[in-house]
Amino acid sequence: MSNQALLELEEVTVRYGGVVALDSVSLGLGEGEIVALMGPNGAGKSTVLKAVFGLAPVVSGTISWRQAVLDVAAHQVVKLGVAFVPQGRRVFTQLTITENLEMGCLYLKDKEEKKRRLHETMELFPVLYEKRQEKASAMSGGEQQMLAIGRGLMADPKALLLDEPTLGLAPIIVKEMLEKIVEIKEKRNTSILVVEHNIRSILDVASRVYVLDKGRVAHDGSPDSVQQSDILTKVFLGAVE
Amino acid sequence: MLEKPVAESPWWRSLSNPRLLGTRLSSNVELLINFIVVVATIVFILSQGSGFGIRIAQLFAIFAILAVSLNLVIGYTGLLSLAHVAFFGVGAYSVAILTTDAAYEQVPGHIPHFGLSFFTALFVGMAITGVVALFVGGVLSRFRDDIFVLVSVGFAVISHRIFLFWQPVTRGPFGIHAIAKPEVGGMVIDSRLEFLFLTLAFLVIVFLISWLIVRSSFGRVLMAIREDEQAIEVFGYKARYFKLTIWVISAMMAALAGGITASEQTFIDPQSFVLLESILLVTIVILGGLGTLWGSLLGALVFVLLNEGMRFVPFLPGELIGQARLAILGIVIVLLMLFRPQGLVGRFKL
Ligand SMILES: Nc1ncnc2c1ncn2[C@@H]1O[C@H](COP(=O)(O)OP(=O)(O)OP(=O)(O)O)[C@@H](O)[C@H]1O
Ligand SMILES: [Mg+2]
Repeated sequence: MSNQALLELEEVTVRYGGVVALDSVSLGLGEGEIVALMGPNGAGKSTVLKAVFGLAPVVSGTISWRQAVLDVAAHQVVKLGVAFVPQGRRVFTQLTITENLEMGCLYLKDKEEKKRRLHETMELFPVLYEKRQEKASAMSGGEQQMLAIGRGLMADPKALLLDEPTLGLAPIIVKEMLEKIVEIKEKRNTSILVVEHNIRSILDVASRVYVLDKGRVAHDGSPDSVQQSDILTKVFLGAVE
Repeated sequence: MLEKPVAESPWWRSLSNPRLLGTRLSSNVELLINFIVVVATIVFILSQGSGFGIRIAQLFAIFAILAVSLNLVIGYTGLLSLAHVAFFGVGAYSVAILTTDAAYEQVPGHIPHFGLSFFTALFVGMAITGVVALFVGGVLSRFRDDIFVLVSVGFAVISHRIFLFWQPVTRGPFGIHAIAKPEVGGMVIDSRLEFLFLTLAFLVIVFLISWLIVRSSFGRVLMAIREDEQAIEVFGYKARYFKLTIWVISAMMAALAGGITASEQTFIDPQSFVLLESILLVTIVILGGLGTLWGSLLGALVFVLLNEGMRFVPFLPGELIGQARLAILGIVIVLLMLFRPQGLVGRFKL
């Protein structure tokens, strides 16, 4: 861990019936970091994020938030300051952009604060401002992904968990998305744990990288250490035993 | 940006331009359908005399309350429930039983006498239904999708069986007669017209409450649940509580319709609360459109007109009408699903 850990998983094991999705995984996200989570399909990347939100069956190990054990239900985690943007741009297509964004902090009673966050989010993603009255179904894939991230930011999180934010996007949009992620970190001092497939681009922006394979942490270190080792080739070509 | 050339030219110009007229009409299907249905209804009803009109309107108001309340659950929240008739029935039976009074009891001594006034019984009945719905909803919340539908069917069937076999309370197949009429400030509401006004007043209240619900942030969470229940949990909402809340509200509205119906008809028996009624209600909701309250009003109107209008089909022998009605409704549903799966004025498919 670089500096003070915000979010920490210690020897977390997740089992779906007979399938062991995570096998004693330990990892951490420090203050002001962008941590990348990589690995082939089915490695357990999404499961890590879900486990934090109590959405995966954790059978052993502990997850802590600011040094305190986190064992609350999904709907309470967000109030602690963690936002989760699940895989697959799950925006509410029948609601407008603004309504979608407001979903991110409906529990918030303070109208002024809500307005401030809306303003801040739209400033970060101008396209959300332009289309604020339109339904989410009228947006492109990249725009929907920005909406999904924006909706997460409406919770004003200290840590943001992003599951494959660039999946299925054109290269130019991927670049823009990663720039946005860096911007979020810089401007808001939000720590970001991001599952990412685009190896080259994510290694440029990440502070640290975890490589998962078959539910285990196969490598953990700086982007350089990942690039210098042959871990990615091994993992992605399925040669790791 | 969407282009809207049509909206800028005056409407009468489109009359001389068939293509423009076409665009205008198809962009206003909602309006057009509403218009046709309403005009046809008025013409038809006027031609049949006022008694018929009142009957149609009464049926419409009841079905509209049921459809609007069911739409909150099916259309807005995405829970395909076939249990609505159960709550309609619990409401009707509650009013029937709670208002029983030795003085006008026709078959005395069979069921207990509570002698409550209609309105007291109605509110107590709604409260009872709320509690029943909370229990049923608690069980149902363990299921989703097709299993949810099946279990809701189970509850519809169970409720019918209870009405049928819990004889000491419901008088089983004999039904309950001489159900009390409402009294407002010493005046008994017994003419059909007075009843219609009372029912319409309740419809307005139900509609307004529903409208406020779907417009509120609570309603928005419901719509979000319909789209993606898990996504909603990560924003800090317990989807289960939201689903239970709307479920209970909807059930209590159905109970209201049941209580009014019991009193209006002065007689109820288990035959009025069979699964088929639930299926018809779901049909009305889909016919009108999921997630649109106006659609449910329209769906109820179309349904009642189809149903009642079929008496007037000249070549159908009387004893066949009952059967033919269902068959024709079936055909209408199939056609609708083929050509307009989002319902008459709706936006979503099931
Ligand atoms: N709900 C579930 N029920 C049963 N098994 C599951 C469930 N969710 C995930 N799994 C299993 O857990 C393992 C890890 O899944 P996970 O979704 O975390 O992978 P991932 O690394 O995110 O993969 P992808 O790149 O495809 O998103 C897989 O073997 C998967 O089949
Ligand atoms: Mg995944």
